[in-house]
Amino acid sequence: MLKHKDVLGLYELDAEEIDEILTVGMSMKKLLRQNIKKLPHLQGKSVTTLFYENSTRTRCSFELAAKYMGAHVVNIAASSSSVQKGETLVDTGKTLDAMKNDVIVIRHPMGGAPMLLARTVKAHVVNAGDGMNEHPSQALLDMLTMRENLGSLKGLTVAILGDIRHSRVAKSNLFGLRKMGATVRMFAPRTLMPTDIDKMGAVVCRSREEAVEGADVVMGLRIQLERQHAGNFPSLGEYAKFYGVNEEVMKYAKPGALVMHPGPVNRGVELTSGLIDGDTSRIEEQVLSGIAVRMAILFLLTKEEI
Amino acid sequence: MIIKNAEVVVGGGVKKADIRIEEGKIAEIAPSMEGDGVDCTGLTVLPGLIDMHVHLRDPGFEKKEDILSGSRAAVKGGFTQICCMPNTKPVTDNKVVVSYIKNRAREVNLCKVHPIGAITEGQQGNNLAAIGGMKAAGAVAISEDGKSVPSTKIMANAMQYAADFGLKCLCHCEDSSLVDGGVVHEGYYSTLTGLKGSIRAAEDIIIAREILLAESLSLPVHICHVSTYSGVQLIREAKARGVQVTAETCPHYFTLTDEVIASFDTNTKVNPPIREERDRLAIIEGLKDGTLDCIVTDHAPHHEDDKNVEYALAAFGISGLETSFALSYTQLVRGGVLTLPELAAKMSANPAQILGLEGGAVAVGASADLTIVDLNEKWTVDPAQFVSKGKNTPFAGREVYGKVRYTIVDGDIKYNS
Repeated sequence: MLKHKDVLGLYELDAEEIDEILTVGMSMKKLLRQNIKKLPHLQGKSVTTLFYENSTRTRCSFELAAKYMGAHVVNIAASSSSVQKGETLVDTGKTLDAMKNDVIVIRHPMGGAPMLLARTVKAHVVNAGDGMNEHPSQALLDMLTMRENLGSLKGLTVAILGDIRHSRVAKSNLFGLRKMGATVRMFAPRTLMPTDIDKMGAVVCRSREEAVEGADVVMGLRIQLERQHAGNFPSLGEYAKFYGVNEEVMKYAKPGALVMHPGPVNRGVELTSGLIDGDTSRIEEQVLSGIAVRMAILFLLTKEEI
Repeated sequence: MIIKNAEVVVGGGVKKADIRIEEGKIAEIAPSMEGDGVDCTGLTVLPGLIDMHVHLRDPGFEKKEDILSGSRAAVKGGFTQICCMPNTKPVTDNKVVVSYIKNRAREVNLCKVHPIGAITEGQQGNNLAAIGGMKAAGAVAISEDGKSVPSTKIMANAMQYAADFGLKCLCHCEDSSLVDGGVVHEGYYSTLTGLKGSIRAAEDIIIAREILLAESLSLPVHICHVSTYSGVQLIREAKARGVQVTAETCPHYFTLTDEVIASFDTNTKVNPPIREERDRLAIIEGLKDGTLDCIVTDHAPHHEDDKNVEYALAAFGISGLETSFALSYTQLVRGGVLTLPELAAKMSANPAQILGLEGGAVAVGASADLTIVDLNEKWTVDPAQFVSKGKNTPFAGREVYGKVRYTIVDGDIKYNS
């Protein structure tokens, strides 16, 4: 049973809750592998996805997770401009509450927006990514993938490379993996490394090789072209050359180390195509883990009421 | 009227005295007087407090505050004089708006209100505002508060032109290209929350620029709401080499650290942002050694609608008039940093001197602007009790010492509790 009304971030979930989500997520994943997509867990429940940012994979993943368990699902795509001019988030939340939604899944370009919504509504709120803050379901699906492949998270070394400064995925993984006993190393151009992340338990590395050395998992994070335009690095080409993960760099990792990426991938920038399509890549498997872990979150949040 | 049996902050010390007020002036200060009066046993008389950095929002944003509600908040907070910033709508960049504020404040008839004019027309950073005309209408300084003048050349011209009229530039220091949309201090807590941060240099670079301009031009300059340890050091060094620089800070910068943003409470969103313990301690040190001359509120009232939104969208600012004295007294005097007369100087004599205002001392012949406080009364900050329209404070629930009992302006009791 989760101790919170909402799933807002891994900073506030404890190891026991994370373990429970991963355990239930594993069961869901087994059912999905058997192509079982008609479960009763959310029958009679309403789930609304409220996305203030464009997203295909995360929104689809939540939608399918809810539908596979029998929920009514409504998708609201609010354009970013409506954040500035339209109805306030608080008022939107009150409306969704009045419609008897059980769960609101929110993605928002601004950190803290899910917390504001959660304070406003009676419905359970799931953070599907808020600005540069957290993306808990992504980190949980990453952890589920690692646990399934490597047995336990305890004692693992996970190297995260890419745009860490702007990444809610990196932070949620850091919080979650640390709680489960893993070591998290990070490497990025200095312009894309967040201040004081080491004080949150990350091992900040000064080279790709140092980050990857002996790692069980190597995770790339998407480099957005807009970061280049903001002057964080000269070009994607230069990024790939000096910061990207390629086969040479992977030689430093533990033999058979997993290659992961939250997607969408820039081929040849964060990771080479050889690694993306290679035997140790778990990038496609992460997608199935995503649905499974989101089923677990939705189920555990609404369970008490069934 | 006679104020009887009070402890009086006078001439750098505190002594037991009675004060006789006649025709709005202090007529006599003596150990004991005959006649009827206000018994102030157990209370302390301070020179009327002066806040040289307030946003009254009037004209244009009366939903947030107006001259009446802001003046009520001022006298409740013990302020007998306040200076209001020009980021109104229309901008206070001409004599008409200056006159409106002066006239409206006269009608309200609570505290003295001194308008501060904009540096450039519409605060757009291009043409100088009508500085001479505003001075003639009663403006006491110029400021682009809320931002810096982007062009260093225009800023230099403004300092020189304003000096012809005996006005100082009060400088909000912020390099907007470096702030780049940042809403909090860049550090552990900006990373933790994912809120966009801005580094100290975004403030310090403009502090340094204004100091260097003042130094090159041999003119005075005043630095607004200093929040960084490095900014304090820049000002300290400049003073040591004789630059005519003065500076202010606010209670939130010596009371809070950026840990408060972790809850995403938009009442903690203020510009410049609340920074780290290192900065807080340096600001306290700067107040102690005289680097920072005065304490202001940067009173920035907002309607709940402006704050009950996503952190990044929320308005910057803290409603400060009703908590400033108690926070300052609790933190600085009870905290052993300043003596009571030293605090009174930071909140009265020094701002008066910087802007050339009357007041700042309890003295025979001076206007009877007095703030009478109960230093021993402990109370809890409750925004619901604010008379300001702005209930936006990060101090809700905080226990403080020092309650304003009477605020007297030109001999008239404008507030008592």
